[in-house]
Amino acid sequence: MKDYGASATPAETVQVATSGDVVTARQMVRTLAQRGGLGLVHQTKLVTAASELGRNMLVYGGGGVVRAAALSDAGRSGIYVEFRDEGPGIPDVELALTDGWTSGNGMGLGLSGARRLVDEFDIASGPEGTTVRIVKWAR
Amino acid sequence: MSDRVPVLKIGRVLLVSIQQDLEDQMVMDLQDDLSRRIVDTGAKGVVIDISALEIVDSFVGRMLADNASVSRLLGAETIVVGMRPAVAMTLVELGLSLKGVRTALNLERGLKLLRRLGTDPA
Ligand SMILES: Nc1ncnc2c1ncn2[C@@H]1O[C@H](COP(=O)(O)OP(=O)(O)OP(=O)(O)O)[C@@H](O)[C@H]1O
Ligand SMILES: [Mg+2]
Repeated sequence: MKDYGASATPAETVQVATSGDVVTARQMVRTLAQRGGLGLVHQTKLVTAASELGRNMLVYGGGGVVRAAALSDAGRSGIYVEFRDEGPGIPDVELALTDGWTSGNGMGLGLSGARRLVDEFDIASGPEGTTVRIVKWAR
Repeated sequence: MSDRVPVLKIGRVLLVSIQQDLEDQMVMDLQDDLSRRIVDTGAKGVVIDISALEIVDSFVGRMLADNASVSRLLGAETIVVGMRPAVAMTLVELGLSLKGVRTALNLERGLKLLRRLGTDPA
């Protein structure tokens, strides 16, 4: 995935430390998606993905920062969202991206489902934390 | 900080109308409240109106599915009403089919469905 984060400015951020912050983060993403001209179905998919990734960041990563911005690239416009935590990381990302795989008592659909709901998805994870970056283009 | 979603008793039916974007704690509280109210009231039907919900993610989806199973064990049928089309499309792509959750287009049809299932809402 391109380094959209660098070009996506100005970005808005929400610090996530509680489940209320996850609500705030997804509302920020919705507002940007509306302003960015995403259709209703696209908005719904993006916000749902953001909700899954925001919750993961809180539950497994101990919280972190959600950063989102409107994007334009090669004549297209879209929304970029980044979820960055400094938690323990995901030991096996491929496994974690499998439908139904959970280390806890979730349904194991958040990560794999979020990937399906967006157009671009990138995850980097290690002992110093996890960063997930997603893009949804307006059609 | 944590508000609760009201559970109304109307006739023999419990009605939950979710009017705001829910925090996870509110979702868990609702699940507890509903099963308790089913037992306390002997309600035979539960209608959950989600028409105001802009998204249903895996957490809320799981609550809806679990609630349907738990209610059934307690003798009540649950109907989820008012799901937005964009929400339905998103749920399918997310991988949540909500098998076992009965749905209806709106409140009126939900109540009709309960009647057909043998739960006279009146
Ligand atoms: N930010 C993160 N930091 C560390 N581990 C993570 C992170 N995000 C996901 N994981 C790991 O990946 C697994 C799969 O995540 P996923 O969101 O798909 O499922 P879940 O959260 O377990 O369940 P669900 O989201 O369906 O309720 C998690 O169980 C967890 O072990
Ligand atoms: Mg998850």
